[in-house]
Amino acid sequence: MQRPRVEGGEVMGNPREFQVEGVVIRKTRLGEADRIITLYTPTLGKIQGFAKSVRKPKSKLSGHLEMLAYSQVTLARGKNLDTIIGSQTINSFLPLRNDLDTASCGIYLAELLNLFTVEADRIDNQRLFQLLLSTLESLSRGSSGELCLRYFEVQLLGLTGYRPQLQVCTGCGKALKPTVNIFSPGAGGILCAGCAANKGLPYSVSVNCLKVFRFLQDCNIQTALRLKLSRGLGLELEKLIRSYCHFILEREVKSAAWLDSLK
Amino acid sequence: MNQGYKAITGSVSRLISELGKLPGIGPRSAQRLAYYLLRANEEDVYNLANAITAIKTGTRLCSICYNIADEEKCPVCTSKTRENSIICVVEQPQDILALEHVGIFKGVYHVLHGAISPSEGVGTDNIRIKELVDRVEQGNISELIIATNPTTEGETTALYLYRLISPMGIHVTRLARGLPFGTEIEYADDVTLSRALEGRQDF
Repeated sequence: MQRPRVEGGEVMGNPREFQVEGVVIRKTRLGEADRIITLYTPTLGKIQGFAKSVRKPKSKLSGHLEMLAYSQVTLARGKNLDTIIGSQTINSFLPLRNDLDTASCGIYLAELLNLFTVEADRIDNQRLFQLLLSTLESLSRGSSGELCLRYFEVQLLGLTGYRPQLQVCTGCGKALKPTVNIFSPGAGGILCAGCAANKGLPYSVSVNCLKVFRFLQDCNIQTALRLKLSRGLGLELEKLIRSYCHFILEREVKSAAWLDSLK
Repeated sequence: MNQGYKAITGSVSRLISELGKLPGIGPRSAQRLAYYLLRANEEDVYNLANAITAIKTGTRLCSICYNIADEEKCPVCTSKTRENSIICVVEQPQDILALEHVGIFKGVYHVLHGAISPSEGVGTDNIRIKELVDRVEQGNISELIIATNPTTEGETTALYLYRLISPMGIHVTRLARGLPFGTEIEYADDVTLSRALEGRQDF
C-alpha cells in the first residue's frame, strides 16, 4: 500500500529530511570510505548518522564532522540509520585542536558522554548539551583542563541521574561530621566512619575533597574554574570520581589511561 | 537463508564463507567469485592461491622503517639515492604508496602502523613510536616530517611526536594542511580554511 504523501515528497508528519545541531562525540570507520558519526544534540539527545565517503579527501562533509566539531547537520531518514547529507560547522573549537593536552581532555569528555548516554534517551538533553558546550568553550579558552574535566564529570553524573549523596551518610542518614569519611560507589555516596566499618572500602574522603566535590555539584562553570586545587587534592578527587564512574559504567573509560600517560 | 547451501559441496561452501570475510564482499559476491574460480583455468587459480599464501609467508616488516618488505630491508631503505637523514612518518604502509606516487620526496619513511586513539584504547605502546625514537636517537637525522592523517587521531599522534622528539634537537615538520586540489572554498570547513590562511605562501 502506498503511504500518503504530501507536496514536496514528505511522508505525513514525518519529514524525510531533518536538521539538528550537535557535537560529534564519536566516529567509527565503516567500509572503504564511510563513517558512522555519533552526535550529541540538544533536542534529540544522542543520535547516529551514516556519513558516506567522508574519508575521501574531496568530501564536502568531512571537515564539518571532525571529533568535537559543533555543527548543524542535515539528515535523511533511512531504514536503520539516518544518512548525513549536509553539515556546516558552527564552532570548530580551533584552539582545542592545536594543543595535545586540551585535545586529549576533549576526547575524554566525548568518550565519557558517549558511555553515559543512550540513543533516544528522555533525560534533560538540553542541559547536558549546554554542559558539553560550555566545557568545550572553557577548554578552548585555555582554562585548566583538570577543573574542566572534574566539573564536567560531576555535572554529568547529576544530569544522568547518578548524583552522589554527599550531604548525609547514605547508610544511617545522619549529617556527616567534618572528618575523614568514606566514599562508597555502591551506596552512591558518602558513608560515615561507623557505617563504613568492616566494609573494606578503599576510598577515604578528606574534608577538603568533600567540600570541593559538593561545590562542583551546584556551581556554574565560571565559578568552578576559579577554584585552586592542590596536586594532592586534585588527584584524590580524580580517583574518587573515576572509581564512581567505573562502578556505574562497569568498564574503563579508555581515554583516562591516555590522560594519565600525558601527565 | 542458508537453506540453499545444502546443495553445495563442502569445499565450495568453505571457499564462499572464506571469500565472504573479505572487506566489501557480501555473500552474493562471494558466491559469484567462488563459481568463477571453479570454472577458471587451473593455472590462474593456483597463481591466485600462491599469491595469497605468499603475502603471509613471503613478506615481513622492514627492520628499519617497518614498511612491508620482501627482504630484511625494504627497497626504500636499501636505495643508495635516498636521503637517510630525512624521515617521513606515516600511519600505514599504503600512505607510502601515495607519497611515492608523487615522486617528490627523496628521504626515507617510518610506518607507525596506526595512530593514537585514546577512546579506542590505542596508546603509544600499541604503535611503533618507540622504534621511531630509537631510530632518531641513533643520530644522523636532520628532519622529521610528520605525515599522519589530518584527523583527530592523526593530529593527536602528530602533537605527541612533536612533544617527544623536538626536545632532542631535531627539526620536526608537519605536512601542510590546506585546500585539496579541485575543491571549492565555499565548501571548506573552518579548520582547513584557518590553516590554509595561516600557511599561505608567496607566489
